[in-house]
Amino acid sequence: MAALPFAVLAAGWELVARYGRFPPRLFPSVEQIALSFAQLSASGILLHHAGETLARLAASFAIAALLGALAGIAMGRSRNVEGLVLPLVSIGAPIPGIAYAPLFLLWFGLGNAGSIVLVAFVSAFPVAINTWTGVKAVKEIWIRAAQTMGADERRLFRHVILPGALPYILTGWRLGLAQAWRILVGVEMLAAVPWGLGWLIFGAREFLNTDVMLAGIVAIGAMGLALEKLVFQPLERYTVVRWGMMAS
Amino acid sequence: MRALISIVLFAALYEAVAHSGAFAPALVPGLTIIATRLYSMLADGSMASHALATLYRVFAGLGLAAVSGLVLGFLMARLRPVERFFMPLLSAFMPIPSLAWAPVFILWFGLGNVATILIVFYAASFPMVLNTWTGARAVNPLWLRAAGSMGASGPALFWKVVVPGASPFIITGLRLAFQRAWIAVVGAEMLAASDLGLGWVIFDAKEFLNADTMLASLIVIGLIGFVFERLVFGTVEKATVQRWGMVRTAKA
Repeated sequence: MAALPFAVLAAGWELVARYGRFPPRLFPSVEQIALSFAQLSASGILLHHAGETLARLAASFAIAALLGALAGIAMGRSRNVEGLVLPLVSIGAPIPGIAYAPLFLLWFGLGNAGSIVLVAFVSAFPVAINTWTGVKAVKEIWIRAAQTMGADERRLFRHVILPGALPYILTGWRLGLAQAWRILVGVEMLAAVPWGLGWLIFGAREFLNTDVMLAGIVAIGAMGLALEKLVFQPLERYTVVRWGMMAS
Repeated sequence: MRALISIVLFAALYEAVAHSGAFAPALVPGLTIIATRLYSMLADGSMASHALATLYRVFAGLGLAAVSGLVLGFLMARLRPVERFFMPLLSAFMPIPSLAWAPVFILWFGLGNVATILIVFYAASFPMVLNTWTGARAVNPLWLRAAGSMGASGPALFWKVVVPGASPFIITGLRLAFQRAWIAVVGAEMLAASDLGLGWVIFDAKEFLNADTMLASLIVIGLIGFVFERLVFGTVEKATVQRWGMVRTAKA
């Protein structure tokens, strides 16, 4: 049933490819796209590109998830840190991350270093802001109750503040990962990395390999969908929903 | 006040790094150099023409996305088959970042406005469609029945009940769409513009190591984004949704 829209789309595409005014090199048929997707997969090239992209995404997101959460917690717990850091975060967050790309490439070099630092920097903003909101949103009464029962700072943090803020932190991670994903593909095109799905698509332009580009886009879509279904939905189920934090 | 202190501290820190000699001045220019560059670009009108080119692209793409998103969103909410047809397509295309299409659009339409506007359109469409769809479905069924029993027919029902009822979601969708569009336009200009645009200036400046031009343009990008996001769309949200009392009613 869900296949019908895709069949219609493919048929429409095929019609344009056959009878449209685009030359086949620029507008390949569905068959050709599928063929080059199969070829790229079979030769392991697509897998290599996807692996590099995934590794870059994981590395930059790990940095962002950690540093963003730490910054958010520090801002939420300390007035001084909040006063100092929050204005900078609110100024930096709305600037489109990709606008920093050329600057970061100048500062950190083309290739992996520049692109990972950039993607990490950009995706740390939503993590920090959401973590900060979450720490602030922990009910005062829970904190006081724990303190009355003799919890020290460490236990308070571990057993009250962290679980209380976790739904927000997870939302921040989710937003951060989505942001990282959206700009990583663009950054790969700009940063002249040797492997990566963004580069696969961009590099194929030189040779007018539209079929390779579209195969790359299919791979990107599949990866994005997998991230959502395999990473975030289970994560949410096992933590937030299970602890009953979501309903409140 | 605190915000001012933190900005001044940050500026001082940056200035110290810039003058420490650890980095080449071409890569980390001092604040006065950036300010001079910004001033000269503003004075000779080049900044204005870049900003206008970018704004034209962003609003052309956003406008297209808003119109098609509204139409599709309402159709999906009102007609079951439309929803069943488009929902799988939307969820399949949504995870593809708009910039991934850049090389394909460049091949099809060449460098320039068409490719850039299409990338912006792609980026802005999804929040628009999804929010309109959610909003139209979230209209309180009681209102529909009340209006129906008072004799409201199809068009009246749609314009007087469904549209205002869905408006909080639509306006939020518009705001989200602008955020996405603003990101997309900068990236798209780096890849697909050939002579004008704020994204293009930044990218072009890299070739000549003009970090001052980059930072000056970044400031302008940040300011324009801030003005539209907070002032324009924020004000629209206040003037419509909150004034009509939709936010409270929607929650209650």
